[in-house]
Amino acid sequence: MDKVSTTTAESSASDKASEKTISEKQYTGAEILIKCLHEEKVKFVFGYPGGAVLFIYDAIFQQDKFKHVLVRHEQAAIHAADAYSRSTGLVGVALVTSGPGATNAVTGIATAYMDSIPIVIISGQVPTYAIGEDAFQECDTVGITRPCVKHNFLVKDVKDIAATIKKAFYVAASGRPGPVLVDIPKDITNQLASFEYPKTVSLRSYNPITKGHAGQIKKALKLITEAKRPMVYTGGGVVLADASPQLAKFIKSLGLPNTSTLMGLGGYPATDKQFLGMLGMHGTYEANMAMQECDVLLAVGARFDDRVIGNPAHFLSRPRTIIHIDIDPSSISKRVKIDVPIVGDVKSVLSDMNDIIAAEKPVQNTAALKDWLKQIESWRSRNCLNFAQSKELIKPQYVVQKLYEVTKGDAFITSDVGQHQMWAAQYYPFDKPRRWINSGGLGTMGVGLPYAMGVQFAHPEAQVACITGEASVQMCIQELSTCKQYHLPIKVITLNNRYMGMVRQWQEFFYGNRYSESYMEALPDFVKLAEAYGHVGIRVESPADVEGALKEAFGPKLKERLVFMDFMTDQTENVFPMIENGKGLSEMILAEDL
Amino acid sequence: MRHIISLLMENESGALSRVAGLFSARGYNIESLTVAATEDLTMSRMTIVTSGSDEVIEQIIKQLNKLVDVIKVLDLNDGKYIERELMLVKVKATSAFREEMKRMCDIFRGRIIDVADGSFTIELTGSGTKLDAFIQSLDKTAILETVRTGASGIGRGDRILKI
Repeated sequence: MDKVSTTTAESSASDKASEKTISEKQYTGAEILIKCLHEEKVKFVFGYPGGAVLFIYDAIFQQDKFKHVLVRHEQAAIHAADAYSRSTGLVGVALVTSGPGATNAVTGIATAYMDSIPIVIISGQVPTYAIGEDAFQECDTVGITRPCVKHNFLVKDVKDIAATIKKAFYVAASGRPGPVLVDIPKDITNQLASFEYPKTVSLRSYNPITKGHAGQIKKALKLITEAKRPMVYTGGGVVLADASPQLAKFIKSLGLPNTSTLMGLGGYPATDKQFLGMLGMHGTYEANMAMQECDVLLAVGARFDDRVIGNPAHFLSRPRTIIHIDIDPSSISKRVKIDVPIVGDVKSVLSDMNDIIAAEKPVQNTAALKDWLKQIESWRSRNCLNFAQSKELIKPQYVVQKLYEVTKGDAFITSDVGQHQMWAAQYYPFDKPRRWINSGGLGTMGVGLPYAMGVQFAHPEAQVACITGEASVQMCIQELSTCKQYHLPIKVITLNNRYMGMVRQWQEFFYGNRYSESYMEALPDFVKLAEAYGHVGIRVESPADVEGALKEAFGPKLKERLVFMDFMTDQTENVFPMIENGKGLSEMILAEDL
Repeated sequence: MRHIISLLMENESGALSRVAGLFSARGYNIESLTVAATEDLTMSRMTIVTSGSDEVIEQIIKQLNKLVDVIKVLDLNDGKYIERELMLVKVKATSAFREEMKRMCDIFRGRIIDVADGSFTIELTGSGTKLDAFIQSLDKTAILETVRTGASGIGRGDRILKI
């Protein structure tokens, strides 16, 4: 790569290059881009070529410092880069062409945006002189993606590429993370410039606060230690900030009960007694009741969204003091008024709190706390996740439980969106962060398989399972081809109930059993489909075969293979507990109520 | 409640659409929006007139601050401020009405900046309510065309929005 470029397509540019007698080497824009990615220590780029990115692909061909992963649809490239980031904490990188390449990427970008995942997307654009002329494969990528990126750039000068890429990685990963898109016109990728990668980046308009306010932290700690019924509610911010050790230390040292959102699972060990399970629409009885009845609530890197606290008016009908730690000031007091806001990085604020606890050993209201924990135990004893086992029909919950046993609770689990996602969250307790990879905010069906790809590339030796449904998995099914190309030994666990299960569940509860368009007719034979793509397919139809089939799939014989498991599950099973739309946290429907 | 928000942002292409897009995407009201480069050409200054509850205004300020291109945001309503808006009105000024129009213009301290057969164009500067009052005081049929810039605002005294 470190050669003087001899590309001559832009004759004026190369003339200029030959005139230069000084030792400054000249590179094409494409080469500069690749060098930037090397500087950022990028290991994988997930992408799909096309006309506007051909110079970039030519430069990729001539390097071997990162691996390019060829997907089968641009949406999957973004999802894979997203999951790579979710499972490692590093910035994921995707590369797509102009026009349809960029529009196909939008679902993936919006998915990453809603869950605050740091990725950098490079999109090709038609040449600068053709912009605005409705050129072939032209679209206003910066305009289309503006509402679903943290920031985006259109590079108009080859000399700006290096500084822009540096900014893109910095903005994506700092503060509240998010996707950043860099749109590069084709002619720019073939013009010449010297290369120097900026060592630092400073933006006068962008300076996220990371250190929490000392006074607010003290005030918060006083409230928590003096509380009679304290409760901790954590979200994806804990995972994104890699703050699990600090969170565990904090919760252990004060003996607090805690719950997590869907996005925060694994941030605190789910098998620990102080963890009450996930909260929210399909959260546990004990978690939701404790949220509703506590007197001091500490929210950590969570955002009180509609699937978590239900109706805000009902939530606020119980008086309680709320403390909220978040790096994004706009998350604070957005849906629920906060009494003690702490703007800052979750890890930094929790560390500060732990330091104060260690130094000052605050006196807690231990008698009250003991009563509170007793109350929580009585809620827990309702055993809200209990389900009726069947000898004839495979219960989807049972499959997830067995998967947990077979993988010893140590797999990376991706999911799609729907009932299976909730069952995965409920019945596969995560003890480690970055093991649970799913689309929480946008709720994108189809992410599961490309997510599993991104995770498997990042962790080639790890067990990676994609818990999905027969509806979701068909939304990115073409990626089975990518999995074959790169020999990804993903285990696809399809909970096949022949329905869009969550849609069917809502139609059963709220639309008088009118199952409008939610029945999946004309399903493919997934076993044959898997085989057609070059993988192993296993159909399981009896509860007695579930464990054996899973052991086979994860066993030594099929260790190197992608195994597509088609579990024919109970068609009428529903997800419980459940809070109806617009209802409050304590207004759950439990399985036992029906 | 009506609020006037002033902000400084990077003078880059697309910066305006980031702000306008934010307001439409999140369903915030936008009464007027004016923007132009400042004396430092790398920066633009924008004045946004919006309305909403205290909670909504707080969110608007936070969301604006979150935009990567936005350098500083100031809610002018947090202190004393001045607002001015410019309006150009083309009115019928046929011989019978010419004197009457001139008088109205003087009362509101406007200036006639174009005179034609049968029409005047009046320039008027002031708060939005003053401009409204002028329009109210004219016979509707006399108004041929109006154009308003939307409000620009600035803090009083040592309230300065600068980096």
